[in-house]
Amino acid sequence: MTAVVGARRRVTVSELVLRYPALGPSCALLLAVVVFSLVTNTFLSLDNISLVVEQSLVVGTLALGQTLVILTAGIDLANAAIMVFGTLLMAKLAGAGGGLTALLAGIVLCAAVGSISGVLVTSLRLPPFIVTLGMLTVVAASSRIFAAGQSFPVSNGLLNLLGQRFYLFGQIEITLGMLLGLAMFLFAWYALSRTAWGRHVYALGNDPEAARLTGIHVNRTLFSVYLLAGVIYGFAAWQAIGRIPNADPNAYQTGNLDSITAVVIGGTSLFGGRGGVLGTLVGALIVSVLRSGLTQAGIDELYQDVATGLLVIVAVALDQLARRRSR
Amino acid sequence: MTESAEATATPAEPPRLEDAVLRAEGLVKRYGSVTAIDGADFDLRPAEVLAVIGDNGAGKSTMIKALCGAVIPDEGTIWLDGEPVRFHSPLDARQAGIETVYQTLAVAPAMDIAGNLFLGREQRKKGLLGTVFRTLDHKRMRLEAQRQLDALGVATVQNIGQLVETLSGGQRQAVAVARAAMFARKLAIMDEPTAALGVRESAMVLDLIRRIRDNGLPVVLISHNMPHVFEIADRIHVHRLGKRVAVVKPEDYEMNEVVALMTGALRLDESGKLVDQKVVVRPRSEG
Repeated sequence: MTAVVGARRRVTVSELVLRYPALGPSCALLLAVVVFSLVTNTFLSLDNISLVVEQSLVVGTLALGQTLVILTAGIDLANAAIMVFGTLLMAKLAGAGGGLTALLAGIVLCAAVGSISGVLVTSLRLPPFIVTLGMLTVVAASSRIFAAGQSFPVSNGLLNLLGQRFYLFGQIEITLGMLLGLAMFLFAWYALSRTAWGRHVYALGNDPEAARLTGIHVNRTLFSVYLLAGVIYGFAAWQAIGRIPNADPNAYQTGNLDSITAVVIGGTSLFGGRGGVLGTLVGALIVSVLRSGLTQAGIDELYQDVATGLLVIVAVALDQLARRRSR
Repeated sequence: MTESAEATATPAEPPRLEDAVLRAEGLVKRYGSVTAIDGADFDLRPAEVLAVIGDNGAGKSTMIKALCGAVIPDEGTIWLDGEPVRFHSPLDARQAGIETVYQTLAVAPAMDIAGNLFLGREQRKKGLLGTVFRTLDHKRMRLEAQRQLDALGVATVQNIGQLVETLSGGQRQAVAVARAAMFARKLAIMDEPTAALGVRESAMVLDLIRRIRDNGLPVVLISHNMPHVFEIADRIHVHRLGKRVAVVKPEDYEMNEVVALMTGALRLDESGKLVDQKVVVRPRSEG
């Protein structure tokens, strides 16, 4: 099956999929929205759409950091645990000191933990899977030790700020968290697609040896990815407190896998070097749309998990097929 | 050192070492008790293709690595355009104007041709966007990439935005060779650029190397493939047992004679005549 683009060149579908990895997921998202709008009469309403977006925020932010790591052919199993540790520190410090100190300390903590993974991956050349698996266990346990089995309600103007809502045109419900999410997404998109740093991230995910031979500082770039991902997890912690003003050491236990799901459904390859944050945005929305739509269609939560899982497999299969076709 | 300098004297043309773009004398590199380069000399002249040949383990790749900064020699001097240089990393050599192409197709497959050509050397936009926001100038890079490929006659590549993974092996290597040609100010070193390619693709890459030479850039070509070497080289540097044993012109000698030089079955005497030589095993590390 081929498509003709312009007069001169015939572009195959697999080439389109390779070039615009977010294209397929976007079609899937559109299809899901259309189907649920037709099947249920509650799905397509401004309130529900707004809720769907809101529900995708925390995992979506985690997935943003996850995208950076996966683009380098790595994976981050510790991201949600790092975020949870961040929420706990923020909550504890918010009681003692000011909200700003708490917020900054939380973000710095997440960045520091992220850069520990970065050092282990670059300097010691350990596989990211193993490093972040270890970090997941260490950080999750540290959180529980730190919290001493408690959870902490947060009532602080700055920390709760992202949960603030207002109405655009008097109808569309917007939270400040959505705006922050959008801003972070734009930042990551810009950094990846419009700067030399982004080029280098893709190149080293493609082939680290080739990247090194072309003069890219592979280790420096790789480390910066883990550091930046850590900062993003810090912001995810802020988002999480904005959503639910309570820091709980047992929250978001599947956040890491959920973020990987969003990234993969968004068309970013687990083998690194292809994909991007646009796909991840779409992927996070697809997961959220499926949850909301299937719930409203009266389908049991377990079947929703089945659907999400199948979607992951389909997404990876499509990525593989497209790549084999191009050979 | 003096011995091999005599041996390199080809009758037709006295070597003028001061004209050499890249020259090395008495390079030595030891790894423990193994001497990989044993007082090797090297010279590359302007606008020539110099083929470097040698059997496996002759030390030619270690010498080439010393020339492009990947290996730091224990002894010896390297001159670039008459100036003594010391490279501590491949990046040093690259900044001095030496580009290297590797046989392993050092390209990023999921990126397009323009992106690969400018990989590691991206150009930013002018003004505030470039300096503060570090925005890349994709348009300028595309135009420049297209211009350079046209100048090199890489016609097999129609679309500069095409992903490299959709190209054939030869086209990918052409991209790597074109990248070296674009950025090499002094010379380009090509390490077995055709080793992974088929016949037609090899011919294409050799053609490209010839055009680069014709544009005035000297090229060092490391190759095992004698027909390729004889097809394209202006001079052939024969490496054996860690040093240069001869430099010959392909038109003066037969292919089997050059192979004999390489394996040590023959050697060149002072007048450039081939003489029989029994393999003499000398102690390699005397110092």
